Amino acid sequence: MLTADERREIEAALGKFPGRKAGCLEALRVIQERRGWVSDEAVRDVAAAVGLSPDELDGVATFYNMIFRKPVGRHVILICDSISCWVTGYGGILDRLRSRLGIGVGETTADSRFTVLPVCCLGACDRAPAVMVDNDLYVDVTPDGLEAMLEKYP
Amino acid sequence: MERPLTQHIRPGGEALSLAEYEKTGGYVPLRRALGGMAPEAILESIRTANLMGRGGAGFPTATKWALMTSGKDARHPAYLVANADEMEPGTFKDRFLIEGNPHQLIEGLIIAAYTVRADIGWIFVRWAYKKAAARLEKAMREAYDAGYLGRNILKSGFSLELLIHTGSGRYMCGEETGLLNSLEGKRAVPRARPPFPQISGLFGMPTVINNVETLCCVPHIIRNGPEWFLRLSRTRDGGTKLYGISGRVKRPGVYELPMGTTLREILSDQAGGMREGFTFRGLLPGGASTDFLVDEQLDVRLDFSDGMKSGSRLGTGSIIVLDDRTCPVGFVLNLETFFARESCGWCTPCRDGLPWVEKTLRAIEEGLGEPDDLAVLNHHASGLSPGRTFCALAPGAMEPLQSALKHFGPDFERHIKEGRCPWK
Repeated sequence: MLTADERREIEAALGKFPGRKAGCLEALRVIQERRGWVSDEAVRDVAAAVGLSPDELDGVATFYNMIFRKPVGRHVILICDSISCWVTGYGGILDRLRSRLGIGVGETTADSRFTVLPVCCLGACDRAPAVMVDNDLYVDVTPDGLEAMLEKYP
Repeated sequence: MERPLTQHIRPGGEALSLAEYEKTGGYVPLRRALGGMAPEAILESIRTANLMGRGGAGFPTATKWALMTSGKDARHPAYLVANADEMEPGTFKDRFLIEGNPHQLIEGLIIAAYTVRADIGWIFVRWAYKKAAARLEKAMREAYDAGYLGRNILKSGFSLELLIHTGSGRYMCGEETGLLNSLEGKRAVPRARPPFPQISGLFGMPTVINNVETLCCVPHIIRNGPEWFLRLSRTRDGGTKLYGISGRVKRPGVYELPMGTTLREILSDQAGGMREGFTFRGLLPGGASTDFLVDEQLDVRLDFSDGMKSGSRLGTGSIIVLDDRTCPVGFVLNLETFFARESCGWCTPCRDGLPWVEKTLRAIEEGLGEPDDLAVLNHHASGLSPGRTFCALAPGAMEPLQSALKHFGPDFERHIKEGRCPWK
């Protein structure tokens, strides 16, 4: 069930669009920002709120990289695997993350602290390799520099 | 050398505030445009300036705008959409422009909207560009408060509402009709054309979609005139261009240079050449979906009209360099993995062809390649050509592949013959 706060925020977001259906991605964003991910139940509730069938909405939700249809950890590490980062050190960063956290791309640590996901070019190619943790962009990342970065996310 | 788009930007620093932007002459072009220039006069200026769209395709901006219907037959609300969904691997120019000077984009968008008689503006910002989006939101509020947006702007009778949308992440949102579908809350699959967006675009209404850098050029053309804009360039395409360069060069970055600057100048003079211990092998001149060029092709002038003559294209103007210590097969595999993952799945050649290409390249890179694999790759390179797929994604994906097979063929063969990657 959507909370009253969620409902209010969704209604405000829908106001930008000429029809309620058009705002479905905004509504999903509201849910994800509050809950971390979008569950089947949330898909049903949002679908009802915007006037889509749950399947229609899920077809949209699963299309987009940044709508999480599975639970993620408290912090999401997005590691850029596009070309400039791949050339300048993506592999070493991935290896270090794997050994440090014990998880690979697409996995979540047992303590639900981190999820590691692949991401396309973050537009920081002049300072590659780049990694994003939650809303923070890190550039010129080195395997040794990861430790200090991870510590900021308890 | 003039750098109109970037001269006031503080790289890595704060964005220009409204007051700072106005001090540099900002919003004077808007006052001039709304204070007495007819939309037709502005359109003529843009046409004379030969402003080509900076999103990658290089379509003449004036031609795009002129397709909007005016007069009593025009349907409203009409839309002006700024495409800030920068996601072409290797490309980071629009982020630089938005973060450094968001008002420049907003002013360009308002003038463009006035010219095509749009009622509502949208800026579609990539989800990953958090800082850019926050700065745009702030600039937009400042512009509303100053009366540059909203009802009856500068008492001209022209009104414009501006909205900002943060995307949900998909390469196809950068394709303009995919972007429209995404703004409508649908999957970002491309639309058939015709009808063109100017006839039936966002929510079925007349719509123009322009790239960030394109819109940022507009205020400067109004301020200094189209002849000045043409003189900035070394070729017949007007203006400067934001060229980006990344890879193992000494000074990767974004450089505003005359349109038509040669690749060799950008690589050697601006980026300082290769880093110590690395030798140049080739480059993609305009993002991931352009053809490789090698040393003897570096004197080509990089613009939309002549860039084609080299066998590649300007694309987004974002150069990605391949060095001798990086495996060319692995390099292309990385690109094709990206394209296969980002294919929207709408048409079969792209949805099935790209994963096949990826799988074949991966086998070669892992030492499991077979002699026939090169024929499989060449078959796709010619098969996924323009006209055989629904949009330009798959043909774009084939550009680096076909040119890599041409320029680095012996490296592919060596992988297959030796059953391993010689770089590992």
